[in-house]
Amino acid sequence: MTSKSKGRPFPLPSEIGPVPGTEGWEDMYPYFTRVQPGDDEIFWFYNSMHFPEPMPAFDAVTAEVPYTAMGANTTRIFAFPATLGVAYRIINGRVYITAHAVTDPAEIERRTEVFNKRAGYYFENWDELYAKWEKKMLALIKEVDSIEVPELGEFDDESAVMEARGIGQNHFAREGYHRCINLFSTMWHHHFEFLMLGYGAYLVFFQFCKKAFPEIPDQTVARMVAGIDILMFQADDKLKELAQLAVDLGVDDMFEDGADPNRVLKALEAAGDKGRKWIDALDKIRHPWFNISVGDGFYHYHRSWDDDRTVPFSAISGFISRIRSGEDILRKTEALRAERKRIAEEYRELLDTEEEKIAFDQMLGLCHRVFPYVEDHKFYCEHWFTTRFYAKMREFGDLLVRVGLLTDREDIFQLNRNEVEDALVDAMLAWAAGSEPLGAEHWRELVARRRDILAKFAAWEAPIAIGPMPEHLEDPAVQMLWGITSETLKSWSLAPDKVNPKELHGFAASPGIVEGIARVVKNVNDIGQVREGDILVSPVTTPSWGPVFPKIKAAVSDIGGTMSHAAIVAREYGMPAVVGTGRATKRIVTGQRLRVDGDNGIVTILD
Amino acid sequence: MNDAGKKFVSWFADLSLADRPTVGGKSASLGELTRAGILVPPGFAVTTSAFEAFLSCMDPTGEVRREIGALDPADTAEVAAVGERVRRRIRSASVPEDVAALIRDGYRQLSGRGAACPVAVRSSATSEDSESASFAGLQDTYLWTLGEEQLVARVLDCWASLYNSESITYRLRLGLPEDQLAMAVVVQVMVDAECAGVMFTRSPTTGDKSVIVIEGSWGLGSCIVNGEVTPDRYVVNKVTGEVTNRKVSSKAVRHVPDRSGGGVQEQPVEDERCELPSLDDATIGRLWTIARQVEKHYGCPQDIEWAVSATDGEVYLLQSRPETVWSSKDREPRAKPAAKPYDHLIALMSARKNQP
Repeated sequence: MTSKSKGRPFPLPSEIGPVPGTEGWEDMYPYFTRVQPGDDEIFWFYNSMHFPEPMPAFDAVTAEVPYTAMGANTTRIFAFPATLGVAYRIINGRVYITAHAVTDPAEIERRTEVFNKRAGYYFENWDELYAKWEKKMLALIKEVDSIEVPELGEFDDESAVMEARGIGQNHFAREGYHRCINLFSTMWHHHFEFLMLGYGAYLVFFQFCKKAFPEIPDQTVARMVAGIDILMFQADDKLKELAQLAVDLGVDDMFEDGADPNRVLKALEAAGDKGRKWIDALDKIRHPWFNISVGDGFYHYHRSWDDDRTVPFSAISGFISRIRSGEDILRKTEALRAERKRIAEEYRELLDTEEEKIAFDQMLGLCHRVFPYVEDHKFYCEHWFTTRFYAKMREFGDLLVRVGLLTDREDIFQLNRNEVEDALVDAMLAWAAGSEPLGAEHWRELVARRRDILAKFAAWEAPIAIGPMPEHLEDPAVQMLWGITSETLKSWSLAPDKVNPKELHGFAASPGIVEGIARVVKNVNDIGQVREGDILVSPVTTPSWGPVFPKIKAAVSDIGGTMSHAAIVAREYGMPAVVGTGRATKRIVTGQRLRVDGDNGIVTILD
Repeated sequence: MNDAGKKFVSWFADLSLADRPTVGGKSASLGELTRAGILVPPGFAVTTSAFEAFLSCMDPTGEVRREIGALDPADTAEVAAVGERVRRRIRSASVPEDVAALIRDGYRQLSGRGAACPVAVRSSATSEDSESASFAGLQDTYLWTLGEEQLVARVLDCWASLYNSESITYRLRLGLPEDQLAMAVVVQVMVDAECAGVMFTRSPTTGDKSVIVIEGSWGLGSCIVNGEVTPDRYVVNKVTGEVTNRKVSSKAVRHVPDRSGGGVQEQPVEDERCELPSLDDATIGRLWTIARQVEKHYGCPQDIEWAVSATDGEVYLLQSRPETVWSSKDREPRAKPAAKPYDHLIALMSARKNQP
């Protein structure tokens, strides 16, 4: 993405100074994430879609590992003709990325030959390979759960002797940790195994629709493609079943909007048989259905529904109030499927020629083949596996607390990937030597310092992009993953004085116009604050935000591309949504009156 | 019915597209849609036979047609002078009594037992020679015509308007022979419109067939057709019915009927209504249904005029004609079938060659 700049709408990497009071922050992250000489020549954009918040030291692996895997897939495994991988830098805790492309026609041609053969193999055998993929993923989840974090008690297990293991359990502290990281990496490689091909198939259909129907909304294209039985909806359905059960058992009064889930559970336990029955039903679906992160798995503190029940319980209370008002809350999957079919058929009929109709069938057929993967991989990877991964890391945190190196299990996430190993080795040595580990004070100071740095980073307003503005940005990978095109850049680079401060523009994701009161939720952990009838304003809207949709009137987000799943949910609930506004969470404050125009993608602050 | 067994007046309800040569495109289309079950204000056509009967009565030797046919379209002064003379001659002649009686009778049927019923009187010229010649807007239209005598006079005015300079020049330039030229007149009950407008079942700006563009404003639709107001504009997804874009304009004037003497007059819109949307979602939904019905009936994109009645709140279709601008453009197919579906992906991924 190198180019000559014309004017300078964005600052250069070298011009960005440290946030006061965070000096030395660079030590949090590996050396290869730092700004390099020559970076000023390159255009970078802030990947606020995946990394909307500053990166805790350990969580930086959620950038490092996916980018290692994604680029391997595009650059080396499938050899996408013009698409290489992504390079990233961490600046003041934020992840900036640049996409590498092939521009030399001869090289593109050479790569096309390789790509043709390899992509062809996957498409030809898609269903079979995908079935294998699901098995691989379940095995990975099982394996990460099975890793044993050693106790490091007074004596080693008797089995070390009786089974002639011959290896002290301190060895397994490091080995287990390495296995965790390796499994995380394995998962991310599998995550991308089908993904870029899948997104590519979607992009083909998307671009054709835009050419044939210049005014077709992005979301209508998505609607022809979107799955009906996808796993994230099934999770939603489980919550609906629990809501219905609460009503049937007559314990629905306990699910007050905004009530603390732990108090609800206590009240249920105290309610005898009925309450017990409900709790049993919950326990039955917890695995896998509560292994859903309220974020996208990129931050350790985006807890899962199982760790923190605020989100699912809030959804359940929303469903209960709809059941009480006589609504049938079950998704009408047959009707949705029939409607999807009708829409596609009518668009097909509008095409001028038989040739176009056949091409349309081919492209849509390809999308329907790949979409179960595109939509469901997230549940397996970002949610289920990652929830188990963090849970295992917390067990290592417990170990470091036991040996006195950390004060809280969560502190482990303030150490970076290598520092965790150092702390474990300190513990391993001390256990072997029969002494105390040496780093207690060191880690305590470091953890406190880093928490302070992260708080300061959070207040920093990260530039949306840095480096010279490229003249063109027609990168299919960037468009697929982040929804960013030349148009987007142009709107980002508008001088602030040309922007009406009361108005925000974004993608018209779901039609309709409503007015209401804003609820700004910058951190997904605060999603429990959302109340009936609010307009949700958030940095991202990932599928895991789905459960609050029954309660809200409209949704607005900073970031969102054409693949935005939340928009489909918004459409199913028939509420307006505007995504990809850039700065909604910075410009809007909770309590302001808003008008959300989902037809034109405009959000107006009315106060 | 005259001696030759030809009809001078035909009711919409009895017409279909096949009757185009004798009743003109507008009536034929309205008849077709009436029979298809779409709500169209009732009316009838004064047929081309009526015009022929009139002309042979007024000009038995065919002198008018010969004289017009011999004109040079480049000689605007001569075209204007001859046209003016012919129009005066037509207006001072009278409608043959048998034709006039049928028109009066038709009008009485439209009015029923009530007061004089307001009608729109529109010219509808056709040529046997050219199906594609539209003659659009070249001849006169008279809105809110009241009473039998005014109606008969307006029919005469319509016939005369066939000889205005624009119309004459148009036919001469296309080389359409005068003796194959026919003229029908549409007489249709007028809707006292709360709001009215046009809609296109294919986007006029992009040619997109998957949208319906609706333009609407307060009062009668003539205000929009004449370009005297910037209408509200709604883009509706033809397939899903979702409104994907709405632009509400400031509509300072509207056309309303002149209830004393007939015709329409311009009137300022009350300040508080100027900026209000002229259509609500329910009405947009009804228009969407009508647009889909009409297009499905004809099998090709249509330009439609509509009105929402202030009297009964119904949405009426006033006119529908095939879209011609985009339909006449040839273009390359947007995509061609590939040997294997994934070849489309290979092609897209290797296409990017000029990335700076």
